[in-house]
Amino acid sequence: MAWFSKRQTMKAQPASDKPTGPVPAKKGEGLWTRCASCNAVVYTQEWEGNWNVCPGCGHHDALPAIRRLEMTLDPDSFEELDTELIPEDPLGFVDNKKYKDRLKSTYKATGMRDAFISGVGTITGQPVSIGTFAFEFMGGSMGSVVGEKVARVIDRAYERRIPCIVFSSTGGARMQEGIFSLMQMAKTSAALNRFRQVRKPYVSVMLHPTTGGVAASFAWLGDVILAEPKALIGFAGPRVIEQTIREKLPAGFQRSEFLLERGMIDAIVPRLQMRERLAQVISLLG
Amino acid sequence: MATRVPYTTEFEKPLATLESKIEELKQLSGGAGVDFSDEIVKLERKAKKLQVEIFRDLSRWQVVQLARHPQRPYTLDYIQALFTDWMELEGDRRFSADHAIVAGLARFEGEPVVIVGEQKGRGTKENMLRNFGMPRPEGYRKARRLYDMADRFRRPLITFIDTPGAYPGIGAEERGQAEAIAVNLEVMSSLGVPSISIVIGEGGSGGALALGVTNKIMMLEYSTYSVISPESCSSILYRDASKAQKSAENLKLTARDLAGFGIVDEVVKESPGGAHRDPHLTAENLGGAIRRQLADLRQLTPEQLVRQRYQKFRAMGVFTTEE
Repeated sequence: MAWFSKRQTMKAQPASDKPTGPVPAKKGEGLWTRCASCNAVVYTQEWEGNWNVCPGCGHHDALPAIRRLEMTLDPDSFEELDTELIPEDPLGFVDNKKYKDRLKSTYKATGMRDAFISGVGTITGQPVSIGTFAFEFMGGSMGSVVGEKVARVIDRAYERRIPCIVFSSTGGARMQEGIFSLMQMAKTSAALNRFRQVRKPYVSVMLHPTTGGVAASFAWLGDVILAEPKALIGFAGPRVIEQTIREKLPAGFQRSEFLLERGMIDAIVPRLQMRERLAQVISLLG
Repeated sequence: MATRVPYTTEFEKPLATLESKIEELKQLSGGAGVDFSDEIVKLERKAKKLQVEIFRDLSRWQVVQLARHPQRPYTLDYIQALFTDWMELEGDRRFSADHAIVAGLARFEGEPVVIVGEQKGRGTKENMLRNFGMPRPEGYRKARRLYDMADRFRRPLITFIDTPGAYPGIGAEERGQAEAIAVNLEVMSSLGVPSISIVIGEGGSGGALALGVTNKIMMLEYSTYSVISPESCSSILYRDASKAQKSAENLKLTARDLAGFGIVDEVVKESPGGAHRDPHLTAENLGGAIRRQLADLRQLTPEQLVRQRYQKFRAMGVFTTEE
């Protein structure tokens, strides 16, 4: 038994008390959602009201980027910025499809210009510069626009001397933008180095999955690094490693729990507690 | 330099055939009253012309072959050719010694510098030792130690990039491959000393960039620098690694491409037919380039060097802005 009971002085209120109007079920989508992990069938409204966390087994399903910000920030405090940035095709990249066309069709499907949303807002009244990957846009891959938005999130935090939060959910650099994608790793890391001067915290939150060039740059440079449970996090993807070593990887390899055990991240925070933890970190360090 | 074991890429073969014929004639020549010297001169002229033709219009995939050529000079070859007083420093002080990265102190034209470079091996045994030039976290952490040293002792930093990529293994992941690379990117961006990186062969993704956040970036003429290898790119896009040629074209990964994009500051000429044909001439060209770039950077204060580097990388990226 502990000598002292835990004293909690600060408690963040939930971002929004109304269970956040779930997007009305699209045509062809049911009233019910099946959990990919425990197979439980949950009323979709309840599922979304629970921020896509299975009420039965606690499985963290993907959450659209905009809802991530909604659940993290104080209600109506988010101001989206950098929306003027539009991706280009500097390489003239063509696979089964032209990269230009892929960008267009993804824009049509998601309503997003690229795989990142950035801006400013408040958490329990504290201003933060914040951004999140949108995995739903080309696997959250990082090209010039994503790199620029991340750098601007950091630069704004530097200029306004406020804490900085980035949620990552990405397969890494976007190969369709070639060397420019690679250089975003250097750009964001250099921006972070400048930000360190203002002595405000940078919290990196790793979601499922966070790999490749994003893991190997700003995502792993957080003053504090948090992760959602069971997120796949690492440099190389499991398929690449299996091809290299020619054997199956052990269960749980590269998951948040595995990394925590090896000292590579600070803490695992369930989604429903994330806002509270972030508020705590920025109030303690900010 | 190492003894030459004949190796020729597919597209060099017509040239190699011609050259062996010349060699044959040379050996026959000088024998009892036979003189092929006219023939030899003619063939040599032809070989030269053929070489110019082949190399004038190399495909990107052919450049990839040259960048990976097993006879291509490696980091230690250039260190030997261009520096004096070389002293290798080992270990990350954390876990182990990684031989895929060599690091140490030396003099460049009399001036002390810090050197970090990725090192491939020749032959099976050395390739095992060097892990085919694929560093583990320990290698990057050793590099980081030397970056800090360069900064503290105010010595210019010169890095040689030559890797297929950071090693994707279980242990490497467990010990934080991504973290090790990330930290190097930030540390390199903060150094108050002149830094120059040179891609001498393969510049493979984040594993290359961990040595590449420098004031000046140079590439040898037939080297490559890419976010992903052509093979991995095609296995992701087409689930078929054999379409690598197509991916190489798509990725625009040659020195010439990157100079066109404004990413690379200087492309250093190799000897005709590639660096492996005349390592000494190539090293000489490289030495001249390092001298010039270093002289420019020495004019800057530590603060200016950090700012120049920050601005250089901050400006990288292509996008449009829409109102």
